[in-house]
Amino acid sequence: MPVRQEGEQLIWQRRDRRSALIHWAWMFGFAVVLLASWQVISERTIWDFVLDAPAQGADLVSRMFPPDFAYVNALWRPLWDTINMATLGTLIAIALAVPLAFLAARNTTPRFPLVRPLALLIIVTSRSINSLIWALLLVLILGPGVLAGVIAIALRSVGFIGKLLYEAIEEIDRRPVEAITATGATAAQLRVYGVVPQVMPAFAGISVYRWDINIREATILGLVGAGGLGLELIASVNTLAWGRVATLFLLILGTVLISEWISARLRAAVT
Amino acid sequence: MNRATAAAGMTWRRPPVIANPWLRRGLFIGVPLYLFVALGTLEINWARVMAGMPRALEFLAALASPDFVSRADQIIDGVLESLTMTLVSTFLGFLLSVPVALGAARNLAPVPVYLTCRAIIAISRSFQEIIIAILFVAMLGFGPLAGVATLAFASIGFIAKLAAEEIEAMNPRPLEAIRATGGSWLQRVQWAVQPQVLPRVAGITLYRLDINFRESAIIGIVGAGGIGATLNTAFDRYEFETAAAILLVIIVIVLAAEYTSGWLRGRLR
Repeated sequence: MPVRQEGEQLIWQRRDRRSALIHWAWMFGFAVVLLASWQVISERTIWDFVLDAPAQGADLVSRMFPPDFAYVNALWRPLWDTINMATLGTLIAIALAVPLAFLAARNTTPRFPLVRPLALLIIVTSRSINSLIWALLLVLILGPGVLAGVIAIALRSVGFIGKLLYEAIEEIDRRPVEAITATGATAAQLRVYGVVPQVMPAFAGISVYRWDINIREATILGLVGAGGLGLELIASVNTLAWGRVATLFLLILGTVLISEWISARLRAAVT
Repeated sequence: MNRATAAAGMTWRRPPVIANPWLRRGLFIGVPLYLFVALGTLEINWARVMAGMPRALEFLAALASPDFVSRADQIIDGVLESLTMTLVSTFLGFLLSVPVALGAARNLAPVPVYLTCRAIIAISRSFQEIIIAILFVAMLGFGPLAGVATLAFASIGFIAKLAAEEIEAMNPRPLEAIRATGGSWLQRVQWAVQPQVLPRVAGITLYRLDINFRESAIIGIVGAGGIGATLNTAFDRYEFETAAAILLVIIVIVLAAEYTSGWLRGRLR
């Protein structure tokens, strides 16, 4: 037990001399990096604007109230588009991610070289790029509109669902699979009767969870032209119609909370 | 399945995926109906989609020959800004999360404090980073400071929620032991709560560091600093080679961050 002597008394302390030194060296290094980072940010900040921030903030809030409630009638169609982008995108992602997950999982991947690394590469690429960046690219290619949003959501979700699903497949109980192998089942039957029933609850949970995240993401894809509520949001921000922005915030908050509730209920039902 | 029914000439059937028959039938009818309506209102401009196809090929070609050089200064600058924003905002987010997490743990805080802290967490979690960034850019002006504020605010909801769950799930006996010695609330937190939850909270914070980098790559689109602004400009100018280079840089950093944070979290355990 590390102790330190003070006169006659031995006093308990948490670290001995060596580990305390190492601990403080780490802390010091971290502080230096942090301060250097802050320096970079501080140099690029116009501090006069920041000093003005409380006044700006108060002004913003006062412009947001009262929210422009009449505007809500113009928002049902964008809301419907937003929900569709999330839902259709998730469905497409599921269709692509399920075969991908079977190719990527160590215990179900076919015995061809390169199949598994390729599947993992697709999953990683899809996961590393935010749906907003996918949307940025797709709006250029497909033109502005809901279609770009649907595909952006799908491309981002493939990696998410694929990764969690292949991890679930790798964690299954081996014994049912062996039992089915012993009956002389084909490779396809093995997957349908041995693997699928075991990963079904995880799969349903993952898909619903991603749908919930996608509702959130779909609300902002319009910022880059991919349709839905984000399109209205950026238009209102650009015209400084803060009353409308407040209405949009409330609508987005409501949609997100409802989808989160649905998702939590569904996930509780399957697991 | 018992032998009597098997003998009666019945064969085994796979149990349905959804046990509740009403839910199963409802989905069977509801899903195609929804798809029909949703696809009907999709409004796709096929002429525009077809017109964009050469551009898709152009982008794929660009991915094969990314151009890191001609905008190297801006790319390095954007990456540096993203990394510094990530680090500072995660640190600030952690500092701000500590009181919120302690307040949101039912075993440490009285009800009014608990409800306030839970409300802060709910608000922080409900809004996308981009939406928060729009507000901070309006308040603080363009630049990385707005990004830092955004990511720090978004980190509160994430870190505080998970940390509060850790605190609620911890072993209550050390807490009682410290209380029995006459320890104050702060001393209880310092000697009973902190040693139990800090390793886990450090892990959560590292995970958030990883998320904050991903987000720092997009909030630049609304003017909150970072590599996102550079990427947006590259797309706006149709400089696909540069855009491809930036995307590759983002992928590499995201992967590096994910593996480092995973490795560090593994060591903390």
